[in-house]
Amino acid sequence: MWQSLVRAIYLILTRDAALMEIVALSLRVTGTALLCSTILGIPLGVFLGLKRFIGRRMVIALMYTGMGFPPVVVGLFVYMLLSRSGPLGRLGWPIIPSLFTPAAMVVAQTIIAFPMVAGFTMAAVMSVDPGLRQQVQALGATPWQTALTILLEARIGVITSIIAGFGSIISEVGAVMMVGGNIEHSTRVLTTAIVLETSKGDFSLAMALGLILLGLAFVTNLAMLRFQGRALDR
Amino acid sequence: MSEFIYLLRNVTKVYDGRCVLRVDYLGIRQGEIFAVVGPSGAGKSTLLRLLNFLEPPTTGHIRFLDAEFNPVQPMPLELRRRVTTVFQRPVLLDRSVWANVTYGLWLRGQRDSDALVRAVLDQVGLEALAHHRARTLSGGEAQRVALARAMVLQPDVLLLDEPTANLDPYNVGLIEDIVRTLNRDHGVTVVLVTHNVFQARRLAHRAALLLGGELIEVAEAEVFFQSPRDPRTKAFVRGEMVY
Repeated sequence: MWQSLVRAIYLILTRDAALMEIVALSLRVTGTALLCSTILGIPLGVFLGLKRFIGRRMVIALMYTGMGFPPVVVGLFVYMLLSRSGPLGRLGWPIIPSLFTPAAMVVAQTIIAFPMVAGFTMAAVMSVDPGLRQQVQALGATPWQTALTILLEARIGVITSIIAGFGSIISEVGAVMMVGGNIEHSTRVLTTAIVLETSKGDFSLAMALGLILLGLAFVTNLAMLRFQGRALDR
Repeated sequence: MSEFIYLLRNVTKVYDGRCVLRVDYLGIRQGEIFAVVGPSGAGKSTLLRLLNFLEPPTTGHIRFLDAEFNPVQPMPLELRRRVTTVFQRPVLLDRSVWANVTYGLWLRGQRDSDALVRAVLDQVGLEALAHHRARTLSGGEAQRVALARAMVLQPDVLLLDEPTANLDPYNVGLIEDIVRTLNRDHGVTVVLVTHNVFQARRLAHRAALLLGGELIEVAEAEVFFQSPRDPRTKAFVRGEMVY
């Protein structure tokens, strides 16, 4: 065990090429998926938090279900959609990603993280004092300005939603394994590489990958906490 | 142009099938302090929301300056922004006092108003607290921030919804003085909603009694408080329970 740990640290310190390639792809896929989830999830969360409409409860129920979706089921769903005989794959449009590509992994991870971002954003927006909305409107805010103001007031909760979305995909293995295929130099990311190296018995590399995964999660969350700023200490 | 800045005709507001406000006719004069008194639940705050165009009437028309506001016709943004409200319970942004006071200017894209903001903060006695976090202020200070953020907008109409309820006499006096000054020196029309007859008497040029969503009596302050026509107004200004 100690030998594995020492080798793991050596691989990290020497910036092993294979290791760096996996880390870079992981960051690219998770970062892109998180960006897509944020772009989709925050407006939906704000909308659901502020608007009352027929069917809202149903949409919220679906979103909550999405928050608890097992990644492997999402992987299966995306696999079926994008496979050549699937409803999207058979279209053959260039915009639709092919299976076993990083783009397909981004799609799967976006589907996993998006309900998290939307759900926590909605909760954050709903926790803002309802009187604020009327008072900013009374000061002359347009509907867009009102939504933006409430979003800014809910900023701690909104950043928490992004952290939750990040947490749900950085350590996820089922969906990326299924739609990415864990192909060397192409779709191998930290989690799928850990599974592979463990099954091969190369515990040093698996442990190095695990340490990096933990470190990445820690550093990223630390950076997001910084975004939450001093408000968190109040 | 009419002497009235607001003219309400056949206005009703219905929530969940219940009519909470019915005003057949009401004119509010430009440059006056108009007090609407009545017990809790009389429809006073609903009336203010309509006057601030925060929600449309269920039926009827509200004429403001030369524009019409009715169930199908919203008030244009430029005119809506000439009116603002100070609410009974101020909800401030979780930022500094300065950021709260400049918020309405930011909404209007006005960036170079530091001198105006300083002058207003000075007027409400909060210049020293400009960079304090607004949510750490006392109730009276918070209400003065709410008044300041309305004042910097230099509105034509200031709507006050029980602005001094639960405040200490010092803050009540301060806010009343500011309201008088705004009206006298800047010509701001003030609509004051309160259940405090004494405050209405101190400030208003004209007053109205709202009871069960209906206007019972509208009169010049002197008549309203000293020799009202309606027995319910008489009872209310005497401090008796009226329902």
